[in-house]
Amino acid sequence: MLTTRLDKVLNWGRANAIFPATFGLACCAIEMMSVVSPRYDIARFGAEAMRASPRQADMLILSGRVSIKMAPVVRRLYDQMLEPKWVVSMGACSSSGGMFSNYAVVQGADKFLPVDVYVPGCPPRPEALIYGIMKLQDKIMGDKAMGWRERYQAEGTGEVEPGIA
Amino acid sequence: MTDQDPLAVPYRERERSVTMERMGDQPVSGTDALLEDERHEELFTLNIGPHHPATHGVLRLLTTLEGEVVRDIKPIVGYVHTGIEKSCEDQQYWKVITFVERMDYLAYYFNATAYCMSVERLLDEEVPPRAQYLRVIHMELNRIASHLFALATGALDLGAITMLWWGCRDRDLVLDLFEMSSGQRMHPRYIQVGGVFEDIPPGWEKKVREFLAIMPTRLDQYEDLLDRNEIWLERLKGTGVISQERALELGVTGPLLRATGHPWDLRKAMPYSSYEQFEFDVPVGHFGDNYDRFKVRMDEMRESLKIVEQGLDGLPEGRYITSNRKVALPPRHELATSMEALIHHFKLVTEGFRVPPGETYVAIESPRGELGCYVLADGSAKPARLHMRDPSFVNLQSLPDMARDSLIADFIACVAMLDPILGGIDR
Amino acid sequence: MPDATGLELIAQRIRSSLGDEAVTGTSYSRGQATLDVAPAAVYDVLAYLSKGDEEPWRRLMSLHGVDYLPAEPRFGVHYQLLSMERCDRLNVRTRIGGDEPHLPTVIDLFPTVDYQEREVYDMFGVVFDGHPDMRRILLPEDYTGYPQRRDFPMGGEPVLFTFNENQYPRWYD
Repeated sequence: MLTTRLDKVLNWGRANAIFPATFGLACCAIEMMSVVSPRYDIARFGAEAMRASPRQADMLILSGRVSIKMAPVVRRLYDQMLEPKWVVSMGACSSSGGMFSNYAVVQGADKFLPVDVYVPGCPPRPEALIYGIMKLQDKIMGDKAMGWRERYQAEGTGEVEPGIA
Repeated sequence: MTDQDPLAVPYRERERSVTMERMGDQPVSGTDALLEDERHEELFTLNIGPHHPATHGVLRLLTTLEGEVVRDIKPIVGYVHTGIEKSCEDQQYWKVITFVERMDYLAYYFNATAYCMSVERLLDEEVPPRAQYLRVIHMELNRIASHLFALATGALDLGAITMLWWGCRDRDLVLDLFEMSSGQRMHPRYIQVGGVFEDIPPGWEKKVREFLAIMPTRLDQYEDLLDRNEIWLERLKGTGVISQERALELGVTGPLLRATGHPWDLRKAMPYSSYEQFEFDVPVGHFGDNYDRFKVRMDEMRESLKIVEQGLDGLPEGRYITSNRKVALPPRHELATSMEALIHHFKLVTEGFRVPPGETYVAIESPRGELGCYVLADGSAKPARLHMRDPSFVNLQSLPDMARDSLIADFIACVAMLDPILGGIDR
Repeated sequence: MPDATGLELIAQRIRSSLGDEAVTGTSYSRGQATLDVAPAAVYDVLAYLSKGDEEPWRRLMSLHGVDYLPAEPRFGVHYQLLSMERCDRLNVRTRIGGDEPHLPTVIDLFPTVDYQEREVYDMFGVVFDGHPDMRRILLPEDYTGYPQRRDFPMGGEPVLFTFNENQYPRWYD
């Protein structure tokens, strides 16, 4: 009884104080910065505290196309984030490769990391991104198990440093 | 390192995609004399990026530091390499416009115009004067939006967050105009081969004039905010100086070159799209430092406002797109009545138009400098090769020259005022 | 742009100072002047045009690589020269064949080509001899192949619809 209540309070707190990582990839990054601007003002949803370091952030907004050169970097950033963490894939390119079906672009960021919310558009309007973040908040508030590895049945896929294990 | 088990290799080894050998133990050029001095024994290599808030995207900079002083910088690019040029070779000419807009994503009208102008030159297609004026108006509004965003993010890098709010506020006003005339905030695909996609809607001109009335006051506000700010002045004045001759050697164009005092502006030097009919000045700087770059951008916004106003005043009547049905889609209402229009529409949409063989290079003045578009046509409906000479890509080469032997803080100011757009650099 | 006569005059001046085989042809179309140059003479011609000529072309604005695949020689490299004094452009084109084409670098004449030569190498595999840092620039260091060549596959994934899902069985393998 008490633990479920506590969970709810914790999730409520998590959902309403998301710290996004400042991470811009391409065109969508411009719209992502517009979200912070006075007209759209993501502070209304408690997610205005952009953090430059992934270690301080708990939401990664993949704003733009992920190239094959960038994919290892993105994955590394994601691994550096602390649990619980969420990923919003913003725009067509990071969701599915979009119009760039060619040799250089990873066809969807979900090939190498778990994505929670996909926001369609090329680029999505800031309102669309805010709607995606609201969907993510719903998800956080309803989600008891916070670790993404349990959520996605992905135990044992973590970074292995030889010599430690 | 074994090939069999990738997990046995440390993570850092696995993900490394760029060799650092050249930075390794070799002395960096120009620092040999200092190395002999006992006080300057150690050079420190610091990797900034690709994920760093001050690099405007995913630019990676390998900096060699000596204490707080930057001795060498190696920009490493390619983290948003999208293969757009390859994708364009697989698209029909009119579909390519969608792709090229996504290269330099703050100057989408310019990309589309450069591309369309090169295709028009291959086709020998005349653009109606009204379409040329509409292009100019949109490009200049786009220039304002781009400079505003450059200023906003640049100020953010230097720690002035108010400028970000204000810059985004006024950029949204421009984007509203784009949304009204062409349907989307970014990448509207408004510029077409042979003209523009649609005539401006009723009431748009009034909204633009409202914006033109507001904007000068807003620009004054920015100058009040930044130009009298001691920190801003201290960080920009005298930093990142590059000489005019060196800038020219490195192929630097745009506000960076004009900040060194060279009045090279393609709108004046080689007018295109009826720029010769507009009255405007080309602002230049004196010293080629970061402060001049900031001032040149501010003044360019004022000049752009003048151009937009003249464009609205002198907007000619007539067609907004060429009447050549082989290139431009017929108007919607004709489809119901005219068989020929329907056939043309069908042919254009399914097959696209064919462009006679040839190659051409067209350059226009984008907010960052000379934006050139090279198109090779082989007679089919798809371009055989498309190459964009992106100004950010060339201008980035001047970063080591600007920032060498300055402090790290000044080097951040250099990146901010250089205004590189990584989508344009990597394409 | 220099007109057709002006282009011939330029070609004549180059021929008289560098030999007949330096310039292989000229073409003038759609207001654009193109000078075809033998690959061995590229450096000399550009050095002559940038410094020695009576009407010098001091700036190189852009460098493009092209793959004219069915044609031989297969690759082309374009140098877009600009004269800021005369507001004029000239295109110098050279054609090279072979699977591993080589060209001399012009980085000491025009320092601006540093990145652009690397880009052409990255995309077409044209090696610029003498360039101080001939590495890939846009693609990862360990990438194989030169993607902008016409025979390089586009890559990407097929988009699956109900009508073509049978055409790509297990495309993800």
